[in-house]
Amino acid sequence: MPRTILEPRSHVEYLSILDSDGNLDAALEPRLSPAELKSLYRAMLLGRRFDERMVRLQRQGRIGTFAPIKGQEASQLGSVFTLRATDWMVPSFRETAAMIWRGWPLEKILLFFAGYVEGGQPAPDQHDLPITIPVGTQLPHAVGLAYAAQYKGDDAVVMVYFGDGATSEGDFHEALNFAGVWHVPVVFVCQNNQWAISVPLKKQTHSKTIAQKALAYGLPGIQVDGNDVLAVYAAAREAVERARAGEGPTLIESVTYRLGVHTTADDPTKYRTQEEVTAWEQKDPLTRFRAYLEKKDLLEDGLERRVDDEIAEAVRRFEATAPPDPLTVFDHVYAEMPPHLRAQRDELARWLREGGAPAPEPPAAPLGATPMRGQRLTRR
Amino acid sequence: MAVMTYREALNLALREEMRRDPRVFVMGEEVGLYEGAYKVTQGLLKEFGPRRVVDTPIAESGFTGIGIGAAMLGLRPVVEMMTFNFALLALDQIVNSAAKMYYMSGGQFNVPIVIRGPGGPAAQLAAQHSQSMETYFYHVPGLKVVRPTTPMDAKGLLKSAIRDPNPVIFIEAETLYPVKGEVPEDPDFVIPLGRAVVRREGTDVTVIAYMGMMYRAIEVADELAKEGISVELVDPRTLRPMDVETIIGSVRKTHRVVVVEAGAGFAGMGSEISAFVTEHAFDDLDAPVERVTGANAPMPYARNLEKLKTPTKDKIAAAIRRVCNANGS
Repeated sequence: MPRTILEPRSHVEYLSILDSDGNLDAALEPRLSPAELKSLYRAMLLGRRFDERMVRLQRQGRIGTFAPIKGQEASQLGSVFTLRATDWMVPSFRETAAMIWRGWPLEKILLFFAGYVEGGQPAPDQHDLPITIPVGTQLPHAVGLAYAAQYKGDDAVVMVYFGDGATSEGDFHEALNFAGVWHVPVVFVCQNNQWAISVPLKKQTHSKTIAQKALAYGLPGIQVDGNDVLAVYAAAREAVERARAGEGPTLIESVTYRLGVHTTADDPTKYRTQEEVTAWEQKDPLTRFRAYLEKKDLLEDGLERRVDDEIAEAVRRFEATAPPDPLTVFDHVYAEMPPHLRAQRDELARWLREGGAPAPEPPAAPLGATPMRGQRLTRR
Repeated sequence: MAVMTYREALNLALREEMRRDPRVFVMGEEVGLYEGAYKVTQGLLKEFGPRRVVDTPIAESGFTGIGIGAAMLGLRPVVEMMTFNFALLALDQIVNSAAKMYYMSGGQFNVPIVIRGPGGPAAQLAAQHSQSMETYFYHVPGLKVVRPTTPMDAKGLLKSAIRDPNPVIFIEAETLYPVKGEVPEDPDFVIPLGRAVVRREGTDVTVIAYMGMMYRAIEVADELAKEGISVELVDPRTLRPMDVETIIGSVRKTHRVVVVEAGAGFAGMGSEISAFVTEHAFDDLDAPVERVTGANAPMPYARNLEKLKTPTKDKIAAAIRRVCNANGS
């Protein structure tokens, strides 16, 4: 018997519309209104300026460790821009620009990285999950949200973000497999920023692209120039429309670069060259989109100052926030407070009332009077 | 009251809750067409259809994560682990997501998921398939952990678990599925989580046990009654949050405690119970708390070794006699 081909040769497309030299493929140019283009640019600029401000705040000890987004603004905004408010956005931990677009107030993001629980609390009607730290575990959640949306008969689409490193996790493969088998409305957006802390993509996978991993699960995969906001938008819009029309999930690999540190606890000079960073700086998503808008005469005067003022105001509000109430440590562990937590809470409250004395009284036993040692009251 | 098996009681609980609440759905390996590896989901696919009784690929982390996502959007998933030993593959989803989402979202997203299936020693299922998995979960704030001993508890507690707004780990036992007992047929019958039960009143010693160890303790109590030792049997039922009050109440009455657990004893349930008995009722004790636990070794495959690994009736009886100073009397 001869060997036969069971499947036609699968392919993965690469999409680029506006390259780093400013060349535009007019045939592929998405039809975005001037107002939409302006709001996209404003959001990218806000994401960049806010990120830079956050790095300074962290260096000054005013917020904690966080994962900067510099260089990934187009990758996040081109994709999240295609969602409706009623759709779901599931972030990893490097989606500040996407979160701002989804309505997270700037000071809330600062509060999150200063340890306030309010910072991780979406508004009651907001269809976003909170930031998650374990790598890739949010992908099955996204599939679950999509299954639930379908179950309830609503047409919401779920967009989930993750990095190139996450594609080595089992949860990535399990989520894509389930999404394929169940045909649920999920758009998987991999922000391939080339580095998982110090591990480069070539040590993460032997696949030529991340997009092709979709093919094994029977889904379409597409690779886009992640620093080209028009290409990201075009690919995401297509994927969201397909999902909403009941045509199933898509994997988008958005090829971008983390221009800054992995987190503020990282020093990338230990593992990558300045030449590499400089080469990617030439492909800066903001520079290229700014030039595109300039040709269309859509750049607004004084935009940077207005964005900076908005950030300054958010920082002011953030820093005016009182420290978290110590007693809230016991909130939201369970929907109702079980007796052992209530006893611990009461103990802390009493300790705080008494001025935080270093040697607090032992808690009053929640179970009625316990005789003191040596005073045995019950004897058989 | 009807007499039914533990398995049938679980099935009835699922059926009643699925009829009561359209948000409840069942998901897991072999739960649909095959009706569960242990037939707990028998007849559910036929009654509720494939949208609510979902056969999944073999991917514990994946379908647990999916259940968590669906729960966040307001559904009430009941996820079956074919055996709880396989839940280790989903440990991150359970510990880092299910147990913490409510906390980390500031109360915006609760995760009303039930993860259920059999666990603990059975009959020659060997090292990777016989573990008392509750120890992995009751350490985690945000989880509730249930181990139902009788068919009545299986029904009443599973219904409460499904209605509970928190993630609940619900661990059954292969060996108990065929056990028969009286079960209320009233669809409104539930047993609240977090309440222990005194299975038998006694005056000389409190024996705390659950699942197969409770059945063993009942036999021991019968035998010791003939020697004049009156054993009070307490079943925690919910391991977290635990009903400390009922246990301490019993200790104050009997002044002697033996904890029996099937799993390896190190940092087990017996450790926790003896710690809080010491904290709350030290001066009530007339003897040190005794633990009778499984050996601190993986479960052997050979039948004779397997029997030695778990607490035998002899070991339980010896511990009770020791705390009662009844050796040789």
